[in-house]
Amino acid sequence: MTTPMLEISDLHAWYGEAHVLHGVNFQVHQGEVVTLLGRNGAGRTTTLRAVFGLLNRREGSIRIGGQEVIDWPAYQIAHLGLGYCPEERGIFPGLTCEENLLLPRKLRVQGGQAMSLDEIYQLFPNLHERRYSPGTRLSGGEQQMLAVARILRTGAGLLLLDEISEGLAPVIVQALAHLIRMLKERGFTIVMVEQNFHFAASLADRFYVMEHGRIVREVLASELSEQQAMLDELLGV
Amino acid sequence: MIQIFGIPIQALMGQILLGLVNGSFYAVLSLGLAVIFGLLNVINFAHGAFFMLGAFFAWMGLHYLGVSYWVMLLVSPLLVGVAGIILERGLLRHLYQLDHLYGLLLTFGVVLLMEGFFRSIYGVSGLPYPVPSALQGGIDLGFMYLPIYRLWVVVVSLALCLGVWLLVEKTQLGALLRAATSNPKLVEAFGINVPLIVTLTFGCGVAMAGFVGVLAAPIMQVSPSMGANLIVVVFAVVVIGGMGSILGSIVTGLGLGVLEGLTKVYWPEAANTVVFMIMVIVLVLRPAGLFGKQA
Repeated sequence: MTTPMLEISDLHAWYGEAHVLHGVNFQVHQGEVVTLLGRNGAGRTTTLRAVFGLLNRREGSIRIGGQEVIDWPAYQIAHLGLGYCPEERGIFPGLTCEENLLLPRKLRVQGGQAMSLDEIYQLFPNLHERRYSPGTRLSGGEQQMLAVARILRTGAGLLLLDEISEGLAPVIVQALAHLIRMLKERGFTIVMVEQNFHFAASLADRFYVMEHGRIVREVLASELSEQQAMLDELLGV
Repeated sequence: MIQIFGIPIQALMGQILLGLVNGSFYAVLSLGLAVIFGLLNVINFAHGAFFMLGAFFAWMGLHYLGVSYWVMLLVSPLLVGVAGIILERGLLRHLYQLDHLYGLLLTFGVVLLMEGFFRSIYGVSGLPYPVPSALQGGIDLGFMYLPIYRLWVVVVSLALCLGVWLLVEKTQLGALLRAATSNPKLVEAFGINVPLIVTLTFGCGVAMAGFVGVLAAPIMQVSPSMGANLIVVVFAVVVIGGMGSILGSIVTGLGLGVLEGLTKVYWPEAANTVVFMIMVIVLVLRPAGLFGKQA
């Protein structure tokens, strides 16, 4: 079997004194779309932040393409080919749309599929139109598109997307779903944290359900209908 | 003789020029403080000491090695910048997780050490530093005599402020600084070496203080306390302009310098306190400063 793109074993993480992750284990393979499900506070966002080394304390193992990164400084981890779209989009105030877009560095990763600025503007014509507007003046949907677009420029092949459908109008959520499918076709590997189960259900190959800082279930897309009752209970839908 | 509100125009213009010179020092120093506070969240109390260090390096270069003003105008800020980098990497870095207060206390301790060191060697009386020969003399404008060196100080300080403002507000490197100021963790997640940017920013910020130190050397006496006298006013400028605001630092620095000069003419007794009176008023009416964003 090939080396997983992302392999997390017995991951523990803390916010200050609070022990948030209690031994998370999961794997993501090249080209997969995997969704982390769970209620608020289950540790999904923390898991993504831990992968990027954004917490003060984390223990266990995080391997990216076989490389152990648990002790790496945050700024080196992205260069293994990771792109991060944070919770609440992380658009920098005081930067224009285009400055936001150009901010992430081109990664030093081999064989990445970096899109050019032109390609990105073709894909997201709204961002081109509003390229000189302050990033925080964009609409919620435009900000979300910007947050995804800016990691497509870097050559990252593994995208970690935190709640990208949150708070957006249905038509925008559909556009995002379309975008995720296109990225999957192009061979991107995607880990999503989602509250919107219907959005995730139509996109992901596999689901992990988190509870109290642990993975408690793994569900394949093909098993979704038979596991629905269990999922409803775990997610409190 | 022409008089304005009962003051001869020569005296008035002289004080305005003096105010502009002081205002230039305030502007560049508070600009450095603003950039450092924005990115590091450290209130660098040692900023005045680095200013003093810049002046002393210039004096030492000339006195011990015969190195000219012009060379030291470049070399001295470099040396001060290196000293700043050592301070940031060696000490300050360990305090970022803690409250602002710890950075303030640490840099305050550094001030005492640096001033004490120079006092023990050079004493408290100032050391003279000559105006470079190319900038000696003045221009008679008819209504006033304009010393060339003071004009030079104002022009070069303004150019530096403008350069820094353009760099921060109009370039992609500046965008990186602005982004790192608002959300350093996310910038790091994009593969950017934020700790290095922080170190270089601190180095550049204090190097600017060193640069002004060299500019000030021929005007003020080079002495261990020259920074301490100035930095208290500079902190008031930063508070009035708005913590972390670049444009605010520049405009407020110059404006308050001139205001201080005018106060010397019309109400000499209040000249030393006018800046602080304004600080009190601004803090009451607009706690975030004139140019700061209201929290």
